[in-house]
This record gives sequence, C-alpha cells and structure tokens, in this order.
Amino acid sequence: MERTTAAQPARIALFDTSRRDLWWVAPMATAAGLLLFVVYTTWAAFQGEHFEWGPYLSPFYSPHFAFTWWPFSPALLILWAPGGFRLTCYYYRKAYYRAFMWNPPACAVGALNHSYRGERALFIFQNLHRFFMYLAVVFVFILSYDAVRAFFFADGFGIGLGTLVLVVNAILLALFTFGCNSVRHLVGGNVDCYSCVALGKPRHQLWRLVTRFNDHHMLWAWVSLYWVGFADLYVRLVSMGVITDLRIL
Amino acid sequence: MADARLKVFRGTIEGGALKDYQVPVFEGMVVLDAIHHIQAHDAPDLACRWNCKAGKCGSCSAEVNGKPSLMCMTRMDSLPAGRPIVVEPMRRFPLIRDLVTDVSWNYEINKRIKPFKPKPREADGTYRMQQMDVERIQEFHKCIECFLCQDTCHVLRDHRRYEFAGPRFMIRLATLAMHPLDTENRLREIKDQFGVGYCNITKCCTEVCPEDIHITDNAIIPLKERVAGEFYDPLAWLWRLVRGKKADQRSEVH
Ligand code: SF4
Ligand code: SF4
Ligand code: FES
Ligand code: FES
Repeated sequence: MERTTAAQPARIALFDTSRRDLWWVAPMATAAGLLLFVVYTTWAAFQGEHFEWGPYLSPFYSPHFAFTWWPFSPALLILWAPGGFRLTCYYYRKAYYRAFMWNPPACAVGALNHSYRGERALFIFQNLHRFFMYLAVVFVFILSYDAVRAFFFADGFGIGLGTLVLVVNAILLALFTFGCNSVRHLVGGNVDCYSCVALGKPRHQLWRLVTRFNDHHMLWAWVSLYWVGFADLYVRLVSMGVITDLRIL
Repeated sequence: MADARLKVFRGTIEGGALKDYQVPVFEGMVVLDAIHHIQAHDAPDLACRWNCKAGKCGSCSAEVNGKPSLMCMTRMDSLPAGRPIVVEPMRRFPLIRDLVTDVSWNYEINKRIKPFKPKPREADGTYRMQQMDVERIQEFHKCIECFLCQDTCHVLRDHRRYEFAGPRFMIRLATLAMHPLDTENRLREIKDQFGVGYCNITKCCTEVCPEDIHITDNAIIPLKERVAGEFYDPLAWLWRLVRGKKADQRSEVH
C-alpha cells in the first residue's frame, strides 16, 4: 500500500531522538535482568544434582523425571515448557523486542533499521503462545503439589522456610499464569455479545477477573521469574549444606 | 516567575531548523499557551493546529522534548526547568509547515475498513444491548483521533510499513469486532490488509495515548488472539474440520 500523500518523512537513525530523559535506563535494566536469569537458569539446569532436600524439590526439576535412558540433567526435559511459555508471553515479547532487538529501544527513539516484518515472518511462531499456556496451567498444579508436599517431612507434618519459599512460588506462578492474555481470550475475551451466548454472564465475570490479574502481568512476570530462580537456589544451597533450612514448626 | 526558553521547529518539507524564543511563564501554563504567546508577540506566521485547548479535539499533537504529546495538555511545570523546551511537529507525517503535518493518510486507511453492519432490528423495531456487552468498546470510543499513537508506532515511524493500519485503526477494528450488534467478519483483513502481525506489542501507542486507552492490551492483543484462533490454531482448525466449517465463517453463524 503506497502512501496517498506527497513526501515521506525522512528515515530515522538508530537511537535518534529529541528525548532528553533517561530513556535508555529501562531497556538496559530489562536486558540485565533477563540475562542474569538466563545465565543462572542455564547453569542450574545443567547441574543435575542438589535439586532436592527432604520434602523440597526445586521447581526447575519438577516434575521429577528419573529416566535411565536420559543421560543429561532431568531439568532439560522440563524447562522447555515454562521457557516456551515465557518466551512467547506478550509481556516478555515487549521486553526483549525493546531491550535486545531495539524495535524500538524506547518510544520515539530510533529503531534498529532492517527489513522489519514484525510477527508476520520468523516471529509468526509467537501465535503458539496458547499451547504453552495449556502446559503452564498443568505446571501450576504440579508446583502446587510440590508446595503441599513440602509440609511433610520425614518426621511428620512441619513448616520450614523452604516450605514457605515453595508455597509463595506456586502462588506467584498462578498469578502470572492466570493473568495471561491467552487465558483472558479463552475464558471470555473471544465473546462478541455476552448476553447472546450460553453462560454469557459467568464468562464475562471470569474475563473481568482475569483482566484484573492481567493489569499487573508485567509485575507478576518479574516477581515470579525471580522467585522461581530463588526457590531453586534455596533448595540447592540447603541440599549442598551451605545453609541449613530454618524449621519453623 | 522566570521566563521559559523554547526551541520551536520552523520550516517546511524543504527544510527548517529549531528557532529560539523566550516567553513569560504563568501559573497553570501549558505548552500551547507558549506557542500562542510566540504567535502574538514574535512570530505571527508560526503555523500550528489547535481548537479546544482542553485535550478533546485532538488537533494540537506535536513532539515536546521528543515525546509525542498534546501541546494543550502538557503543563510547563511538568517539564525540566532551566532547559529549553523543544517543540517539533510529529515526525511520522509529512510536514506542511512549522508544527502542522499532513495526517490525511489516516483518513485513507479508515475508508478501507468495512463499515458497521448491524443485525436486524428486534420485533419492536429497536436494538437492545446490555451494559456488559458494550463495556469493552466504551473505552475505545474515548479516542480523539489525535494520531499521536500513529506518530509513535515504530512500525510506521521507523520501519515505514504502511501496510500496517496503525494502533488507532486497530482500535476501530476491535470496536467493530467486539460490537454486540455487528455481523461483519473482518478477521482476514485484520490479518492481511491491516497487518496486525506487524505490531510487536511494544506498547508505545499505549504510552502516548492522551485518553489513556489501553490500546495494546485491550484492542491489539485481543485482535491477535482472535486471528491466532482463526488462522494459526491447529486444534481449532481440526475442530472446524470435524464440524464441517471453514475459517472465516465464525461470525456468520449468529
Ligand atoms: S504496540 Fe503495536 S501498534 Fe502500538 S506502538 Fe507498539 S508496535 Fe505500534
Ligand atoms: S488512540 Fe489515543 S493516541 Fe491514538 S488517536 Fe486515539 S486518542 Fe490519540
Ligand atoms: S503469559 Fe504473558 S501473555 Fe500469556
Ligand atoms: S487543542 Fe484540542 S486537543 Fe489540544
């Protein structure tokens, strides 16, 4: 489609802007935050040991697969699913398109110049987000089970600091997962006329509830991301004997 | 109060430059007041568009200190003191003169959208809609067509992919898609002709919208989800195959 009006405005060079505020802080902080997590997770996933202690199981290694035919760390059988969920999440997409691909680095700041196709060519795979979402919902249940299991020590019912860490982990993950835009679409966003369809009212209410979580999706994305890493680190350090688990009850 | 220094773009499509001006500041002053002061005292030929000075007509769009904003809603005391305030026309549109740009491209895009096609009236000759059915699209009706979102969107501004209709028209398409009375299906056009896939949901349109419309979350992402369901969902495709329906027919079964 050609422009219908006369001249095109001049091309804008990378980082060209009249903004005088600290626009580069946010993309740099995002890049640092994501990189740090990826580096730690990759390291932890390849360890293949120190992922459980007592009733605690690291979320990176849950569900616990122990197949004899699999010579590598069991985490590698698991992490592609939550990893794919976050990779195709609408919020994370915004974060890495801005922080790593500079498309755009910040609003009204010159973008990286190339033959941009958005999510129509290579990135068309982002449309698979809803399938990762189905898996992520399963993971909410698996990690909730782990949280419940963390109350049952060898000497019976109890609460350790690790129990709380895993309970918070399951809650944060649920807050992140149930604010997903694909969930929002499927529970009611796809309806054009609530009063014309079966179960229209409950679907509208469900849609509103998910919208409430969705409003803070970015917050839950970051908090749940770092908490999952922290939960792994906690179990790891206890299991390695670097720290002792604080038994509260 | 001290005077404020402004650097205002003066020129045409052939070329131009920022020119310095000094204006007295008063309580509650906005950038548009400063422009009016310059017109009244220093440069009667300074071109700018405005109408309501209340953030409702969408005429006074410009870039203030590099940020796409309405001049009439940008208070002078919200800008860093002691530094000149830079006022430039919207970069994405062809310049006519000074702060005035040619935004007619937007009206051309708008004409390509298939109009509202309501279902038949009820037996008593009326239409009925419930509040819960129209709640979502009420937000979209706040749009004042300032085109700041169109100016900022990097797909248009930097990549010049004019096959993308832009955030303002994603809003219009979403309004029609979610309308309880509309019977037209525009999903294929949303995907192909209006290029929803060009948007990479980086949310700059939402950041600059003076009406605080959640363009990305409430209009574009729902459209992307609808397009994904219609064209990129193998399960939905199988389901349609089993039930003997083709894509595109969804809203025609009303
Ligand atoms: S969210 Fe999409 S439409 Fe809005 S500015 Fe970004 S790319 Fe453009
Ligand atoms: S959506 Fe917002 S920014 Fe875009 S034209 Fe409408 S009011 Fe302006
Ligand atoms: S998890 Fe973020 S949008 Fe689905
Ligand atoms: S003059 Fe009407 S919106 Fe600024």
